Order: sequence, then C-alpha cells, then structure tokens
Amino acid sequence: MSIILDKVNYIYGQGTAYETYALKDINLEIKDGQFIGVIGHTGSGKSTLIQHLNGLLRATSGTIYYNGEDIYTEGYSMRALRSKVGLVFQYPEHQLFETTILDDVCFGPMNQGLDKNAAQLRAFEALHSVGIPEELFDQSPFDLSGGQKRRVAIAGVLAMKPEVLILDEPTAGLDPKGRDEILDQVAELHAKQHITVILVSHSMEDVAKYVERIIVMNQGSVMYDDTPKNVFRYYKELEQVGLAAPQVTYLMHELQEKGFPVSCDATTVEEAKQEILSVMRS
Amino acid sequence: MLRDITIGQYYPTGSVIHRMDPRVKLFGTLVFLISVFAYKGIVGFAIVTLFLAALISISKVPFRYMIKGLRAIMILMLITALFNLFLTPGEVLIQVWKLKITKEGVMSAIRMAIRLTYLILGTSLMTLTTTPNQLTDGLEKALKPLAKIHVPVHEISMMMSIALRFIPILIEETDKIMKAQMARGASFDEGNIIKKAKSLIPLLVPLFVSAFRRANDLAMAMEARCYCGGDGRTKMKPLRYQSLDYQAYAVLILYLALLLALRVVL
Amino acid sequence: MATMMVKARQLVHEYIRRDEEGNPIATQAALDHVDIDIEPGSFVAILGHNGSGKSTLAKHLNVLLSPTEGTLWVDGKDTSDMDNLWKIRQNTGMVFQNPDNQIIGSIVEEDVGFGPENIGVPTDEIWQRVEDSLRAVGMLKYRSHSPNKLSGGQKQRVAIAGVVAMQPKCIVLDEPTAMLDPNGRKEVLRTVHELNRKKGVTIILITHYMEEVTDADYIYVMDSGSVVMQGTPREIFSRVESLKAHRMDVPQITLLAHELKQAGLNLPDGILTREELIEALEKLQV
Repeated sequence: MSIILDKVNYIYGQGTAYETYALKDINLEIKDGQFIGVIGHTGSGKSTLIQHLNGLLRATSGTIYYNGEDIYTEGYSMRALRSKVGLVFQYPEHQLFETTILDDVCFGPMNQGLDKNAAQLRAFEALHSVGIPEELFDQSPFDLSGGQKRRVAIAGVLAMKPEVLILDEPTAGLDPKGRDEILDQVAELHAKQHITVILVSHSMEDVAKYVERIIVMNQGSVMYDDTPKNVFRYYKELEQVGLAAPQVTYLMHELQEKGFPVSCDATTVEEAKQEILSVMRS
Repeated sequence: MLRDITIGQYYPTGSVIHRMDPRVKLFGTLVFLISVFAYKGIVGFAIVTLFLAALISISKVPFRYMIKGLRAIMILMLITALFNLFLTPGEVLIQVWKLKITKEGVMSAIRMAIRLTYLILGTSLMTLTTTPNQLTDGLEKALKPLAKIHVPVHEISMMMSIALRFIPILIEETDKIMKAQMARGASFDEGNIIKKAKSLIPLLVPLFVSAFRRANDLAMAMEARCYCGGDGRTKMKPLRYQSLDYQAYAVLILYLALLLALRVVL
Repeated sequence: MATMMVKARQLVHEYIRRDEEGNPIATQAALDHVDIDIEPGSFVAILGHNGSGKSTLAKHLNVLLSPTEGTLWVDGKDTSDMDNLWKIRQNTGMVFQNPDNQIIGSIVEEDVGFGPENIGVPTDEIWQRVEDSLRAVGMLKYRSHSPNKLSGGQKQRVAIAGVVAMQPKCIVLDEPTAMLDPNGRKEVLRTVHELNRKKGVTIILITHYMEEVTDADYIYVMDSGSVVMQGTPREIFSRVESLKAHRMDVPQITLLAHELKQAGLNLPDGILTREELIEALEKLQV
C-alpha cells in the first residue's frame, strides 16, 4: 500500500497573467507505515501538496496513485479516498460544530455510511486514543480548552479509521506541554496502529524528534527528501531558503570547528547528549 | 470559486478616479445607476457604454479583474434573463410545448442582462477605486445632516467599513471550513434541497462561531486603541473637495442631462 | 525612585461562572494575588501555559479588565479609577495574538492612523506619526497595501505600528507570535527589541516560546493565576525541572546543557546560548 505522485503539477490561474506553479514536477512515493515530516516556509507548496493527497485539490497535470489505483480515473470515489487519507487542517478546532463532543466525532464515520452505534464505537475509540476522558463526551466541544478542542478535532478524523493521517501544523499556538502531548499521541498511533503519518511542521526540533523521513518543499518543488540526518547536513542550504536545522545540529557543527572530535549527525537533544558524552569521557 | 468575488475589494492603481473624493464617487455611482435604467435607444446605450468604458480605462483597473466579479453572479443573471425570455408576451419566435420565446422576450432578456452587467461593473468600479474607509467616510459626511435627528451615522459607517474589511477574510474562512468538512467526508452538493440545507450546518456553525470570536477580538482591539465612538475623533484623511472633484461633478451632471435629454427627444 | 511602569499588589481577578438563569455558581480566580514590578524602559517577559492567567493580566494592563481585589498601577495611575482609563490606554499599547482580528483599516496606513484619530491628534501630525511608526517597524513601503495581502509577520508589524503611532510608554504583546511561522516570529521579535532599544519603550512580552525570552531583562512565570517563578533568563532557565512542572519548556540548548550536567559533566547552570555551551565544554576539556 502506498501513495505515488507521478509528475504532479498544480498551476494557479492557468492561462492568465498570474499563472504560478504551486507544485512543480512532484515525484514522490509515500510508503505504507512511514512517519514523514514535510517542512517548508509559508508559500512553499506544502499545504497544496497535502491537499492533493486526499483529492481536495486536483493536479493540473500528472497522476496520483493510491494503492496502485489512479485517483483521477473516471468513477474513482474521492469520498472513499478521503476516508482512507485523513487530513487534519491547521487549527482544526475551528471546524467543530456539533452540540456534544461525541456527536462531533461521529460526523466523519456517519458520512462514511456507518449507523449511529457503529459510529459511536469508532468515536469512543478515537477519543480515547487522543486522551479525552469519558466524562467529557457529552459536553459541548466549545467549552473545552484550546488543546482539548484540538484533540477532539483530531479524533474526528481518526474516527474515520484512515490508513494515512496527515496533520497540518497540529501544534500551532499550543503551549509546550500541549504540543508534546499531541505529538506523543500521534507517535503512539503510528507505533501501535501502524498508520502512515505525514506531519507538516515549521518546527525543525519537532520534526527531527519524531519522523524517519523529511521532505523539504521549496517554491513548489521537492528540495530534499531523505532521513533527518541527511537532510540537516544541508543546514546552510536550508537557511538560504528561510529554514533552519535544529539548534543542536548547529551546535555539533560549531563544536567540530572548535576541534572537538564529534560527528555532526545528531539532530535531537538525546543524540547530541550521547555524542558529547562519549567524546568528553574518552 | 468564492474568492472570485471582487465586490468590496480595493484595487490600488493611483488613478485620477482613485484620488477623487468618495462623495463624488458615491454621487457618480448613483448617476450611473440612474443612467443605466433611464437610457433609451441605441444612442443612449452607446453613450452609457462609452461612459463606462472610459471610466474603466481611466481607473487603470485591469478589465479582466473586473470581469472576475461578474462570474459569481452569473446564475442570478441567467435566472433573470430566463424569466424575461419566457414570460414576456409578444410576437412568438419559437414555441416548445407551453414555453414561448417571443421577440420582445429576447430583447428584454438582452437588455436586462446588459443592465445587470453594467450595474455590477459600475458599483464594483466604485469599490475597486475607493477604500472601504474612504467610502464610509464619504457616506458619513454625506449623511451628516441625519445625525441631527439622532440617526447614528458614525456608528453605521464604522460598521460598514468593518464589514467590508472582513468580507474577504470570512470568504477565505468559508473555503477553509468547507475543505475541512469535506476531508471528513461531507459533501455540499448532493441530494435534494432539504439534504443540501442540512449539509450546510457543519459549515455555518463554525463560520458563525468564528465570526463572533473575531468580532469579540476586534472590539477589544478597538477599545485598546482608545476607540470610544465618533466624538472627539480627528481624521487622518479629512474630506476636502479639490478642483478635480468639481470637474467630476460637472462631467457627471452633463452626462446625466445628456441622457435624460435624449430620452425626451427620442 | 522613578515611578514603576507597572506595579501590581495582591492583584486578584475572579471570573464568575453563572448557571442558565444567571445565578452565580462558582468563582474562578484567573489572577490570584499577583505582585509585579516592571521598570520603565525594560523588556519583561511573562511566561505561562495556556490558561495560566497571563492573558488576563495583559488585559488588566490596558484596563480592558478591572481588578476584583488588590491594586494595579500603570505608570503611577490606579487602573480601578475610571478617570485614568483613557490616559492608561494611550500609554500602554496592546498587540494581540490574531493579526487579522486587530487590523481595522483596509489600507495599512489607515489602520495605523486609527489610534491617533481616536485620541484626537491633528491631521498633519497623524500623517507624521503614521510615517514614523511604519518606518520604525520597517513597513513603510507597504503603506498603501491591503493588509489581507501581507504575511502574518508583516500584519503583526502593522499592528505594532498602529500602537506605536499612539506614542505609548509601554507596549504589551499578548502572544504576538503564536500564529506565525518561524520567519514571521523573528521579524516581530526583531521589531520589538528595536523599539525597546531605540525608543526606550517598555516591552511586556507574553508568550510560551522559550527561545523568544532569552534576551529579556526579567521573566515572570505564571501558573494557575499566580506568579510562580521570577528572575533573569539565566536564573529562570537554570531551573529546568520547575519549569517543566509548570507545563513550560526550556530552549533546546539549555535542555542539552542540563542533561549533560545530570549525566555528570561539570557545567554551570542556566546556559542559554550555543556559544556559552561551547565555551563551558572547552573549559572542561582543558
């Protein structure tokens, strides 16, 4: 199972003077079960890219295959695709609308054609997996705290049992604890339920901590697509396009310049700690 | 899609029209609206068309950009045209079953379509060349006499300018919420009318919630910047007529007089 | 001694929760006997997780809220005295989180002029102030643009200019960067630091991004409506465990230094920058 993008282009305002490539010749394969980070500054095309993956935007040219099937063939159900590729938008709490939390989470499963009972079962499971306590299920989603609202909204997508979960800036505006809670829960979902996760983020530190593969977008094209270690080796190039490597990566490079025999591969605090300790103790 | 609505959007080009006093432009819009409904005959039509074309070219707003605004109301125009086409009695051209298309119907459908198009182009020309703030300043000043009889002129104009400022933001937000709900399997164009209306709830509730949140934030931001109504306020851009404005008034009155005269003569 | 820019003594703010008929059912203290002193011209950060009471405090500084108990003086003026209301609002500008919801004008320069208009500044001077403020935040060349076309960081700088145009002594920024991308965040912080340095404006920055406050003169940490920690950045960030207990974090380098220390390396407390860490490691090596 996988998603394949083959020469995908997306052009805004085609045929007008404002014609711009939002996506330019994108070739990607997203393998089943991966945990992927997508980074890029605002306007780099990352939001456009993820909206292609569940068919909300249609490529101007090129093909997208989901599990080997061309999603642009006549009669392919976009609705079915959207329940397999769950997309959580930025500030997803702004989409809550039902009178109770449980009903809101049921919205997705009901749209999939499940009956009330089956939908509620899914909703229970999803709300549990994001750590919302059961006594809140009958409350209005509008009474919750910001972090809780966001988790309910994520549950709303999880309840559709997607095979791929895409999160666009899931931690924007949250405090450090709220951020860690959400990312840890996502990591747990990935580990336990083997969902493919695509995390769009501005935070290099977060991306480095969680993902196994990073796709760097710049001006509508894929600039790098590799493991965090390999991508952050290009920290100077990243800076030129308005991005940065995690702080520890810079530190390791600077230590090396000062003559410390450290390797520069560390991208997380834990890795940096081990590396420095091993050098300092020898 | 929704983003194509250009009404209420400002398009800066720094043209002569942009620099005119908003009161002149308000008056001009009124004059133009009257002329669109008052013109008679092919000569009148030609004058109105020339006048509009001249204004658009002076404004330097790209014609393509103006046309975009028309797309959004295409359906409204089609319906009006269809009504006219089928419901005007007169000389029958084609008859299919009970529906008759008459020569008069065709004429009036065309006339109606042209009038609506001109109407939209004329008003959007005003909003494209006038910032909402200038527009409401103009209205406020033009309606000032009403304040004496306790009409809250300042408050109304402030409300209007805020509404205009937030239209593009709310349109974008609608787009975003629609997509978010579509990602949860919602569809907004399936089923009968009741089903369609029901499918709007997941869109409208979040939209209202967000509009209220924004209103709340905005009220606080305004208060924090010492806003307390119209009393004691000064203006950054006070309205003062320039010679350009008097010339524009003269042109407008001439134009209207010419059209009305034509109507009497023809 | 000079008048404190902000001085709070035992400041309390209670929200009253009501049932459907409007009867009070519970009170909740959003601010619980808070003491704060902020000197004129300083750069002070207030940290705290969402719901810690830091935004409530911000609203008090601009008299958008009034104390339930205790007293708050802004520039020597008691905020519970309604006669001081407009003077205080003029002296303490507020910048809020959502850039879209605080821009009133449809043109950048008209928005910046909104505040001066409200306080009755003469027309010519408004123009002067608008130009100066836009220059101060580096947005002068966007003066005739629509705010809708600007990036988040640019919008926020326009909002700051709108406040600067009222010539306040103090600017309170309530999570101004929470909705911005990293570049926008940098823009806003650079602008705020410049205002503090060049114009001597007192800055009160409310945030939960730790990297933004390492240059502050003083930090207050709030939790459940109380001030739970205070001190210089170095003092605050040397207490990694207490910060974590208050749902806060430390900058990545500080965390690394802390963990290295716990693993047995003899490093000083409260390392804030890469340079400091490298220097400390070099000393160890010798």
